[in-house]
Amino acid sequence: MIEGILIGLKTALSFQNILMVMIGCFAGTIIGMLPGLGPMTAIALMIPITYGFDPATGLILMAGVYYGAVFGGSTSSILINAPGVPGTVATSFDGYPMAQQGKAGKALAIAAYSSFAGGTIAAIFLLIAAPSLSKVSLSFRSPDYFGLMILGLTAVAAFSSKGNFLKAMMMCVFGLMLASVGQDTLSDIPRFTFNTMNLSDGISFVLVVMATFAMSEALTIIIKGNDPTKAAKQISLTDLGSIKVSKEETKQMAKTIPRSSILGFIVGVLPGAGATIASFLAYGMERNFVSNEEKEKFGKGSVQGLSAPETANNAACSGAFVPLLTLGIPGSGTTAVMLGALLGFGIQPGPRLYETNPEIFWSVIMSMYIGMVVLLILNLPLIPYIARILAVPRTFLIPMILFFSVTGIYLMSFNNFDIFLMIGIAVVATILRLYDFPMPPLILAFVLGGLMEENLRRSLLISDGSWSFLWDRPLTICIMIAILTIVGWQIYNSFLNHKISSKT
Amino acid sequence: MKINSVKIISLLFFILSAFYLYTAHQIQVFAFDEGAPFNAKTFPIYLGYAGMFFAGLKIVLPDRKPIAVDPLHLEFKKTILLVVTMIVYGATILKVGFFLSTSLFLVFSYYFLGERRWKYILIFSFPFVAIFMYLLHGLLAVYLRDPLLKYIGIMG
Repeated sequence: MIEGILIGLKTALSFQNILMVMIGCFAGTIIGMLPGLGPMTAIALMIPITYGFDPATGLILMAGVYYGAVFGGSTSSILINAPGVPGTVATSFDGYPMAQQGKAGKALAIAAYSSFAGGTIAAIFLLIAAPSLSKVSLSFRSPDYFGLMILGLTAVAAFSSKGNFLKAMMMCVFGLMLASVGQDTLSDIPRFTFNTMNLSDGISFVLVVMATFAMSEALTIIIKGNDPTKAAKQISLTDLGSIKVSKEETKQMAKTIPRSSILGFIVGVLPGAGATIASFLAYGMERNFVSNEEKEKFGKGSVQGLSAPETANNAACSGAFVPLLTLGIPGSGTTAVMLGALLGFGIQPGPRLYETNPEIFWSVIMSMYIGMVVLLILNLPLIPYIARILAVPRTFLIPMILFFSVTGIYLMSFNNFDIFLMIGIAVVATILRLYDFPMPPLILAFVLGGLMEENLRRSLLISDGSWSFLWDRPLTICIMIAILTIVGWQIYNSFLNHKISSKT
Repeated sequence: MKINSVKIISLLFFILSAFYLYTAHQIQVFAFDEGAPFNAKTFPIYLGYAGMFFAGLKIVLPDRKPIAVDPLHLEFKKTILLVVTMIVYGATILKVGFFLSTSLFLVFSYYFLGERRWKYILIFSFPFVAIFMYLLHGLLAVYLRDPLLKYIGIMG
């Protein structure tokens, strides 16, 4: 492990990679700060750029963008009560009241220190957990992988979109359908290409991510008539107050950070749970831990109420890398985008990544530490300046997002068809978004589609067409029970709801 | 059962899944693969059934929280104008070239979204695209097709 850490440090500390972490954190903070645009959009916009670098540098840039976007999301939550990402909604509960009391600088500093601590502690857990889990997952076989992928999809559908399980499952199937377009990987037989050469290579992953996130988020802002920068015009973005944190407040944070980090990391590892659930759980847990006097302050500007969700959401971001790096199965939409980008580099994450590409494995973990330091040292003092981005009018912001999306695809294919296809998917995604159809399950399914088919193919061929591979091994049985429990519970809930509504 | 927009979308998805399933059955596999436990159409066939199953459930079961989207409050005109501008941009980017088509796309998009400060519109279009092209083409050596600038002699 020490050797691996040294390899990671050597790669992550090269001039180019440090520069990429800094650019990534900076760009991520700016994009993540804009309400409505989350880390997935930030990463999607960066993918075409990353293809110009080697895989380690590309992934380091994306990891920087990820952390930057989460940090940026907290900033808009605190300053204008408009969370840039769902994971920072809980941050606004106490962060915004603090800003209203004229302590915006302090709130931002508490958020930054908590994020730093949460992210760093979780990165240590990742450092310990990932190699051990990689070794364990070497014993996994095709049926286990197939089961794990279905578990990942159903868990994301169940947890990431409360009350919308069926909609999320429809999006999963839609994502798998899009992934099946193009030549079959084994026989090269064209499928769903409708005799068009443009579709014979399948639909590009970058195209789908750009269309369903960057473009459709921009179009949704327009069609709903939202102005994400409106709230920013009502407050001063230049005078945010002092960023100094008192001894008493540091003591309070010191109690909160360890427990929220552990909780955040564990929740982050679970497929589908992610930063949003982690932050809400940490907020709720913290409320139960504090004294009655402190409990009264929750929702009115409590230091611990702000520190807990911020610590947990950053710890969850690191936790989400565990299934990606060890199993090659992303547990969230954002890590799915990263998996797609890695596959684009020709790298298959999974248990063997630890052996075949140790420089990527370790440099990503090491770059997380560097990313945290960059966010703390570089972004915190710059916040009063970066925050002014919140005041950029949408009349300029939206066309820029659309321009970067179209240019990203144009630079990759130099093909009009891809641009039209992207616009078409973006329009469909915008309509679906209006009616609360979640997009992360679609991306996760699109990325996993090829791998799922491959593992199902192997499993069925080995068992000579029998589905008994689903209950042949204890591990597979456990996975299948988990899947059936999630699906069964969600469908039962829908029926229960049907009964209640027909009674009333 | 109340019919709402979500049910209509689910019905459309049901039809899409049925069409997908039909097309999956039409996939021509090799003769020796026809009776194999797994061939090129196996997975798509399962997907077709799964899509119909989930869409069917969504149609039959009531919505927990029906989504109320008021069409009167949606800005269709701006959105359609923006989508049309993007389509024109996509159609012209290869023929007209990156510089002119991108700059005009930005000018029209700013204008359609309500921006009327021409000073800013012009700064954030032509010069902005020129700087962007210089960074990509000049510094990072990323190829950018631009027949117009090539004809004028600005690009090699």
